[in-house]
Amino acid sequence: MWRDHLTEIIVFTFLFLLVSAMGFVAARWRAPRDMAHLDEWGLGGRNFGGWITWFLVGGDLYTAYTFVAVPALVFGAGAMGFFAVPYTIVIYPLVFLVLCRLWSVSHRHGYVTPADFVRNRFDSPILALLVAITGIVATMPYIALQLVGIESVLKTMGVTGDNALARHLPIIIAFAILAAYTYQSGLRAPALIAFVKDSLIYIVILVAVFYLPYKLGGWGSIFDAADAKFKASPNPGDGILLNANNQLQYVTLAFGSALALFLYPHSITGVLASRNRDVIKRNMSALPAYSLLLGLIALLGYMAVAAKVKPLPGASAGSVDSNTVVPLLFDQQFPDWFAGVAYAAIGIGALVPAAIMSIAAANLFTRNIYKEYFKRDASPAQEAQVSKITSMLVKVGALAFIIFLDPQFSIDLQLIGGVIILQTLPAVALGLYTRWFHRTALIVGWVAGMGLGMWMLYQIPNAATKRAHFGGSAFPLEKFGFDTKMTIYVGIVAVLVNLAVAALLTLILRAAKVADGVDNTTPDDYFADEGDPRVTPGAERDADSAREPVA
Amino acid sequence: MAAPEPEAPTTARSRAKDHSPWNWLLFIPIVVPLIPALFNADSPRILGFPRFYWLQLAWIVLGVATTTLVYQMTKKRGDR
Repeated sequence: MWRDHLTEIIVFTFLFLLVSAMGFVAARWRAPRDMAHLDEWGLGGRNFGGWITWFLVGGDLYTAYTFVAVPALVFGAGAMGFFAVPYTIVIYPLVFLVLCRLWSVSHRHGYVTPADFVRNRFDSPILALLVAITGIVATMPYIALQLVGIESVLKTMGVTGDNALARHLPIIIAFAILAAYTYQSGLRAPALIAFVKDSLIYIVILVAVFYLPYKLGGWGSIFDAADAKFKASPNPGDGILLNANNQLQYVTLAFGSALALFLYPHSITGVLASRNRDVIKRNMSALPAYSLLLGLIALLGYMAVAAKVKPLPGASAGSVDSNTVVPLLFDQQFPDWFAGVAYAAIGIGALVPAAIMSIAAANLFTRNIYKEYFKRDASPAQEAQVSKITSMLVKVGALAFIIFLDPQFSIDLQLIGGVIILQTLPAVALGLYTRWFHRTALIVGWVAGMGLGMWMLYQIPNAATKRAHFGGSAFPLEKFGFDTKMTIYVGIVAVLVNLAVAALLTLILRAAKVADGVDNTTPDDYFADEGDPRVTPGAERDADSAREPVA
Repeated sequence: MAAPEPEAPTTARSRAKDHSPWNWLLFIPIVVPLIPALFNADSPRILGFPRFYWLQLAWIVLGVATTTLVYQMTKKRGDR
């Protein structure tokens, strides 16, 4: 009943309204000369320094999903859920050099999206369209996932209703506010709000990791309680350590997710908004501070086990909503006002990435679909306007995801998105290093990887929810005919097939001397930096321009 | 991911910006956290944390140290 949670609701609402106000004010922050330009609205002027980038990208990558779904996975499955830690360690050295190249070439040519880059590098509008659509489709469930985070908090505070509309009304209102200030302020809104969000999260987690073990009898007994729970459970896949069958899944999932993370349009948006290459490199060293936080957050799942938290019932009868374990843990262990702060941290933690993701998806639509296929000569002001409207439509789409689909499977939805976005790796990430791949081969490779990935995901049942298909991303190798119980992450297999097909076909097409288009970038573009005389000045910002002038 | 492909000839200045033997160090924090044999065990425990947990959290320090070192050793020093 919501009356029992009045203090929490008041604190939550107050902080929520505070950041909403900040969101609207953000339009004037670091005042742009002219907001009616995609570089201003969609990339915050391409001028964010080290600190802003750290908060922005950190707030972008470590989302409400982090706060809610990772500990929920640890609560349910144990060690397997800890994959989020190696995943976010491996990512930074992996992209340390790659992102600098992407930043440089984008800065030089005025690219706003990864598909802009692919369009010019491989001279292929079709490949760019595939990259853009992949990005949009992968981002939609990710935005929906943020709503799941807010909903789990609202549910715990007793803010629910009898019918679908009443139950979803609070997040509809929250998203309407979010849509309004994103429309007005663009990327500056999440950049400014990220300061508040991350400060709240750091406070909450620091308190949680010192105070809760003290209340629950120390870390040793927390891990022992989790161990006892998993030993008693009939599921062979859980436990506080990995077993022989899920180690391969653990490693491939961590590595595959890391490869996927910076292919997501919203991460690239955050990176392209930074001022220079040094800002990116410094952030690759500083962002792991969030990984430490993530590891500690994951362990909240075990604290919930030790505190004997029982998750609230799910949407369908007989199911449980494991996403509520962390909010319930806070409700049970913290004083009401601090639980309210913690809930606000989760709620606001959902808004920052949701805003950036909708901006990134809108930029993809504007640059690579609208401008490419509907209005070749769109002015910068028109581009910005289309992006603003699209960002709203994207949010409506994400709301529909949550209202009409079962939000129980948020983490799996996100993992499916990861499989999809990985298929752009050969064109975007390898494309930054080599023009060796033939553009047609990349398209066919994408089709092969996507087809195989979808087929594999379709084959995976979920025992817990009794679904026969799309039950997760752990593919049993025995379905390929191997005599083993081991599982592997779908995305890795799909992207390897994608690469193999692309490489093989490249050799064939090269031998057949099929036309391969013109590369519009030069090797030197990949090292351009702030203040470099050859960086494109503001006027020359046309992705369709045939040739960049060489200074 | 494959090792960076050798680029088409670039200017000497560009090479100095991006190509450095220090970059090879980046493979350490990519490979080490992905070897479960190193951390998939309970003992020894530190502050109650099984090895699986404290060692993986320690890899974060490894990652930070390596990227910081590579950044410091490869950043350009007032050459423009």
